[in-house]
Amino acid sequence: MSVRHALLALLSERPKYGLQLREEFEARTGEVWPLNGGQVYTTLQRLERDGLVESDGTGTEGPQKGFSITAEGEQELAWWLRTPPDLSSPPRDELVMKVLVALYVPSADVHAVIQAHRRYVVELMQRWTRIKEDEAGSELNMSLAIDAELFRLDSVVRWLDAAEARVSRAAADGTMTWADQATPRNQTRAPLPRHRREVRERR
Amino acid sequence: MSMLELSQVSKSYGQGGAEVHALREVSLTADAGEMVAVMGPSGSGKSTLLTIAGTLEEPTSGEVLIAGQPVSKVSRGTKARLRRRVIGYVFQDFNLLPGLTAAENVSLPLELDGVSARKARVPGLRGLERLGLGERAAHYPDQLSGGERQRVAIARAMVGDRKLLLADEPSGALDSENAQAVMRLLLDACRAGGMAAVVVTHDAHLASWADRVVFLRDGRVTDQTAAAPGPESLLTPERNQ
Repeated sequence: MSVRHALLALLSERPKYGLQLREEFEARTGEVWPLNGGQVYTTLQRLERDGLVESDGTGTEGPQKGFSITAEGEQELAWWLRTPPDLSSPPRDELVMKVLVALYVPSADVHAVIQAHRRYVVELMQRWTRIKEDEAGSELNMSLAIDAELFRLDSVVRWLDAAEARVSRAAADGTMTWADQATPRNQTRAPLPRHRREVRERR
Repeated sequence: MSMLELSQVSKSYGQGGAEVHALREVSLTADAGEMVAVMGPSGSGKSTLLTIAGTLEEPTSGEVLIAGQPVSKVSRGTKARLRRRVIGYVFQDFNLLPGLTAAENVSLPLELDGVSARKARVPGLRGLERLGLGERAAHYPDQLSGGERQRVAIARAMVGDRKLLLADEPSGALDSENAQAVMRLLLDACRAGGMAAVVVTHDAHLASWADRVVFLRDGRVTDQTAAAPGPESLLTPERNQ
């Protein structure tokens, strides 16, 4: 979460004081990303230095100082909102690594490993859903943030389901061979699609 | 109090080399006010578990108790009464009768139980209103959206204050928002009405509405979620630092 751009977004509504910005930041991000007060004030100083906000010139730093967004700040905010984050490289996912590693540990039951992760993720989802249930009809930001987390965790369970089905099929077909499992270091990362590999090589 | 108790229930089809074990020594309870989700891949025995819990099929071995009554020891008449008065069943494909209005579909189980059409109409309408469908009571199924049809099916399964609701992929044909709404309705019915619900689904997002999630694989219960700690633990600042 970019604190810098979140503050610009809050100032795009109208000029605000430092303390007000801090409180609104916490409220608007559904309290899911709390930040400390000092972070707000130092970020505001940097935004002012870069010409993206201007202060009311009272001279004292801190909660009572007022800020407004500049035309340059508006442009920066518009650019940031439309720029997709970099999702091109698959993350090094620890859960994926554990399941892949379990495939070549003779004493590991892959199904039990998958189920341990599945149960944990579903338990997390139950907790988020309980918050959603309790907060029914309340703040939109909170609901959206919880939905994002639930959809992310749901995709993890779907991957575990697909992985389990694939492992079962491979075991039944006898296609899971030691040759597949001979280079564990290469297996800890999901293989890249061909076109992406080419892009990376060009870089 | 347990509304449903399966104890060491097994079910197999066929014999000898062709014998298929659909369920193996499954034990499961659902208490009044509780929603239990059963998750598992296709062929894991989820639907068999539900039909046995609904007394639509008999187990090969083991015991099923509905609201404390052992199903294997009661008469056929009592079993039929349990199905008509205690158990509500929500089918994946709704199973509404196309020639009946929404209100008539909902009150149908009461009429089949001997209540006059005029008397059955009152709880039928109340059930529809509870699910936000009061104004659609006179509409026929083909005049309703998928989400509305599913809510009618749920109203029908709950009419007459059933104590055990069994739902097979109740949100299968619905979009994400309607599916979530269906789960919220079922949970509310458990919380407010003291009903127990067992919901079979392959969808973790929907299962997460349940108090407890039971995992089924190859006909066996392999695992279940622990009682979740307070949800507020996810929102503590420590987690984010």
